[in-house]
Amino acid sequence: MNELVRPSDLDRPNSYIGRSVPRPNARKLVEGRARYVDDVSLPRMVHVAFVRSPHAHATILSIDGAAARAMPGVIKVLTGENISAICDPWVAVLAHLKGMKSAPQHAIAIGKACWQGEAVAAVVATSRALAEDAVGQVWVDYATLPAVLDMETALDTATPVIHAELGDNLTFQRQHEKGDVEAAFKASHTVVEATFHTGRHTGVCLEPRSILADFNRADNQLTVHHSTQAPHMMQAVLAKHLRLNEGDVRVICGDVGGSFGIKVHVYPDEVATCAIAKLLGRPVKFIADRFESMTTDIHARDHRITGRIGVDRDGAITAIDIDDRTGIGPYSVYPRTSAIEGNQVVNLCGGPYDFAHYRAKTTVVLQNKTPTCQYRAVGHPIACAVTEGLVDLAAEAIGMDPVALRRRNLMKDGTYPRVSPAGMTFEGLSHEACLDQLMALIHYPELRAEQAALRQRGIYRGIGLASFIELTNPSPFMYGIGGARISAQDGCTVRMDPDGSVVALSGVTEQGQGTEAILAQIVAEGVGVSMSRVKVITGDTQVTPYGGGTWASRGAGIGGEAALQAALELKRNILVVAGAMLQAEPTALDITGGEVVDKATGQVRMALAELGRIVYFRGDTLPKDLARELMVTRHFITKDYPFSFTNGIQASWLEVDTDTGMVKLLKHWCVEDCGRIINPMLVDEQVRGGVVQGIGGALYEHCIYDGEGQLTTTSLADYMVPMAAEMPDIVVGHVETPTRESLLGAKGAGEAGTAGAPAAIMNAINDALRPFKTRVTAMPFTPMRILEALGKA
Amino acid sequence: MSAAVIQHHVDIALTVNGESVSRRVAPRQHLIDFLRLDLGLTGSHAGCEHGVCGACTVRLNGVIVRGCLVLAAQLDGALVETIEGLSDRGTIRDLQDAFVAHNAAQCGFCTPGMLLAAADILDHQHQADRAAIREHLSGNYCRCTGYQAIVDAVETTLLARKGARA
Amino acid sequence: MKMPPFAYAKAHSLPELFSLWTNAGTEARVLAGGQTLLATLAFRLSEPSVLIDISAIASLKGVTETQDILRIGALTTHADLGANGLVARYAPLLTKAVPLIAHAAIRNRGTIGGSLAYADPAAELPACMVALDATIIAQSAGGERRIPASDFFTGLLTTALEEHELITAIEVPKAGPDQRATILEIARRSGDYAMAGIALAYRQAQDGAVQDGAVQAPRVVFFGVGDGPVRAVNAEMAMSGAALTTASIAAAQAVLATDLDPPGDLHGSPALKMQLCRTLLARALTPFILSERTAA
Repeated sequence: MNELVRPSDLDRPNSYIGRSVPRPNARKLVEGRARYVDDVSLPRMVHVAFVRSPHAHATILSIDGAAARAMPGVIKVLTGENISAICDPWVAVLAHLKGMKSAPQHAIAIGKACWQGEAVAAVVATSRALAEDAVGQVWVDYATLPAVLDMETALDTATPVIHAELGDNLTFQRQHEKGDVEAAFKASHTVVEATFHTGRHTGVCLEPRSILADFNRADNQLTVHHSTQAPHMMQAVLAKHLRLNEGDVRVICGDVGGSFGIKVHVYPDEVATCAIAKLLGRPVKFIADRFESMTTDIHARDHRITGRIGVDRDGAITAIDIDDRTGIGPYSVYPRTSAIEGNQVVNLCGGPYDFAHYRAKTTVVLQNKTPTCQYRAVGHPIACAVTEGLVDLAAEAIGMDPVALRRRNLMKDGTYPRVSPAGMTFEGLSHEACLDQLMALIHYPELRAEQAALRQRGIYRGIGLASFIELTNPSPFMYGIGGARISAQDGCTVRMDPDGSVVALSGVTEQGQGTEAILAQIVAEGVGVSMSRVKVITGDTQVTPYGGGTWASRGAGIGGEAALQAALELKRNILVVAGAMLQAEPTALDITGGEVVDKATGQVRMALAELGRIVYFRGDTLPKDLARELMVTRHFITKDYPFSFTNGIQASWLEVDTDTGMVKLLKHWCVEDCGRIINPMLVDEQVRGGVVQGIGGALYEHCIYDGEGQLTTTSLADYMVPMAAEMPDIVVGHVETPTRESLLGAKGAGEAGTAGAPAAIMNAINDALRPFKTRVTAMPFTPMRILEALGKA
Repeated sequence: MSAAVIQHHVDIALTVNGESVSRRVAPRQHLIDFLRLDLGLTGSHAGCEHGVCGACTVRLNGVIVRGCLVLAAQLDGALVETIEGLSDRGTIRDLQDAFVAHNAAQCGFCTPGMLLAAADILDHQHQADRAAIREHLSGNYCRCTGYQAIVDAVETTLLARKGARA
Repeated sequence: MKMPPFAYAKAHSLPELFSLWTNAGTEARVLAGGQTLLATLAFRLSEPSVLIDISAIASLKGVTETQDILRIGALTTHADLGANGLVARYAPLLTKAVPLIAHAAIRNRGTIGGSLAYADPAAELPACMVALDATIIAQSAGGERRIPASDFFTGLLTTALEEHELITAIEVPKAGPDQRATILEIARRSGDYAMAGIALAYRQAQDGAVQDGAVQAPRVVFFGVGDGPVRAVNAEMAMSGAALTTASIAAAQAVLATDLDPPGDLHGSPALKMQLCRTLLARALTPFILSERTAA
């Protein structure tokens, strides 16, 4: 632990790391002064709306845009062919996902539409309303094709192949085996099996996908205002496919109205918008409406998983066997691919537990539905639900308390680093400490007693637990190794200006999670100034250091460490100058509260503003050869481990109305270990928001398709997200096991809540239903499914 | 009283955040597009445009409404207040402070609408408990916070105002 | 999605409305609170030529009473309905219903006339009207019609209103002290349209002429389980004529399947709906048993 990072000592000056401070950029949000993409208007700006396929699968015979072209305000009607003249298609595969295949995807479909909602033409007009009017006048002649909808039969020989050139509908398959699962099952006291379904759902960012692209022919520059998580990745992708140099593409990301992984992908309609800007040489805006969001934002979590677990008489887990199948739509999504979620299920099942024999297979198939890809806590909620569901089943089968069985099998604290049966390397986890803290928080024996007493009165409450691990801070082993231009490294530039204020420019981005706040905390503490003197700038590829942006909870762990290193180096540089001015050894000086002080006595020697004045305006008074570098850039990338892992455990306490199937959430707890906590309030809020998103998947959210491949849940009335009235208060507890890969020690906290909540809810519902000897394993757990399990519907 | 005629453009004169505004609008334009596109008041947001998400909540003639379910053409003579106006006047400064202090805004997209709905509680439901606060905000979707911090912020402000009145 | 283009006209009186209607042709729609109409226009499922705004017609506003009747103007918003003292006194079922309707911002704008004219089968107010044996007052250029609520809702999103006929008011017989009425619903989330709901009213006999506490003239109406409000006539008979007991409630539940034939929907199967309706019936009625026991 570095002297500069001592969270236990919060009394020292400028001690921001470890402290709950409000986000400096929250004020603009509450005053209506944020700037989202749709708030930006440019001269000569036009709007694009897309003609979208009403069919799940159809050949496009012809497109007649003549009537649309004659409509008021219409500037252009464009087809896939028009766009492809200046925009190259992509194939979303990664080299390290062996055998993966996908078909070329165009920005606008050419010849064939593969899901309901896929763009088949674009209309550009002077307003969005006029563009929509004209969309209704574009006449597309389709010949419908049989739609591949059921992932279970997608590989059957009788099922049509969506992309003939691929030969079949299989995009990726992976089997991992460690030990001898079959032999272990044979030797086990009990083996239980269950099949789980995690419902297809989607992110529903309140700000829809938004992009405003402007191409200036005069300097061959594409400037894109984009609601995105990864500006530099988008810069690379747009440059490549629009045949520009990366340097000629600038991506600016202002305020983002929620992303959750939804906005880290390349969307064909957004690339088309940029292509249209390049064609027209003027600004083009595309703001997805909610119906478009529901059918074209990536979906996720559409998995069927059959799992088996073996246990000994004493509750020791002997083996876990997982067979996962997922349908990802007709194309793997660029550039991260749609095989990662299934791959994560293989990597993460059984994650918290110490057992020897593990086999897991994922089969990723194509279908004619909206493409799926990475969404908050990629694969984690699935792996966690399956693992924790199996653990509860095993406990029930051998008559053991679920807490006792977990305690028996959780990886022991202090036994790290170690490698899991799935091949994941854990640097340091704290499952036992988290379980202990959770038990103290929930008063487990009392809760069980209350449950038993209420059952006598016909009130059915349940307690559900879910231990989890969360993969964060990925190295290039996640994407870069597979050939994607997705940076695992991130940078931060820190600069002191003449008045002693500090500007930090970072490659990670603000999505509302508080990135800019924690960067300000880190830089303020690292340099030794008040947080109010630090300005943070993110989200502009022409301004900030290169970086990967925000995903996999990497903002704090990667971006934060780069900021800390840059801040510490700036401080050293300042003290070198100060030493020359004050005739002192730089190492005998320190900076606190924006002033250079004697390290030993704390006596103020000089204000940073005075130092700045001299450096910037009277440099003539300083020694000729004195370095006065008051701007420093540092980059950080993890090197020792392919990924960081965080861990934790959640608990849900809820009541099932056995006459209506309604679930009432009474309370929820999460104890998690995200390594070094930079801002406890922000971590708590990440966990709470994540938990509620997980609850959404467990109880409400479902993209439901009919037999023709039509999405029936296209409005916010039909696709149900969690609202305030039904959500419980959520208690958050922490254990801190900093990573030793960085000075800062932060691991990331963005996805823990979402990872564990669905499993905790499922286990709690099944605990409540236990007297009826029934259970539910298909999310979302609707009244219908619960009453069905009870034989009442 | 104006003659009843069928109009393809409608002239309206109204008061927005205390300022007189006159515009000619297309009948189909909803209040939020009017505020955002015609008046540059981008603090109010369109999240679904079909009346469900609550991001477009603004105050019309003293009560909160869904801005996407009101036509600008209907607003001749109306009083409209948005987050910009409330911020300028400082009437919900304490609530805004509480939102910042509790981190009740993450991405901020729902926040202006949420604040308008929450201000309604402060004005009309002085006795609201946490459940009543949750119920009153149940028409405003927030994907980021999980709602608890919002409930905390509203409850804190409600109690502080109660204390100030006592 | 942006709404499709349409023209706009504001009527300040009923004669103005009728003349506008005549001029505007068949594709014109009336705009009251707009909380359903404007939302559906945002789906671009229909493209009306003109929206005729009736919100300025003063004669459609206000709640008044005569000796036996409560008259509620068609433009009364849900919020005003919920806050109105006369309604609380003489039609308490409606006061109870209001908080179940959508959310505060919607209730500030949505109107009772609009809700009844739209006739969503899962909406609360149409069921309440049938339960309260209300009369819908409709007016056209040709004059006024008085339509019993039970005849008003004719099918899925359809009513007895004729072309160019408008709901002007609703008349509800004033509830006496002997009225028992309640509304319950099961919705996935607060403010959602109900998966199933029940609105009911009956008179509880208080004079010595009939059995004390006997259920008289019950009207039990379900919503969210058919094309419109569905009266459960057999259940009404089963609970009628005697004081409510656990047994009479069970008897009413037992015949409910002969009253209802709910279709499945996004929420689930017909069996789910029946289960919810049986549960709602018992939960709606049971408190009335308890209160009598307490009274006795």
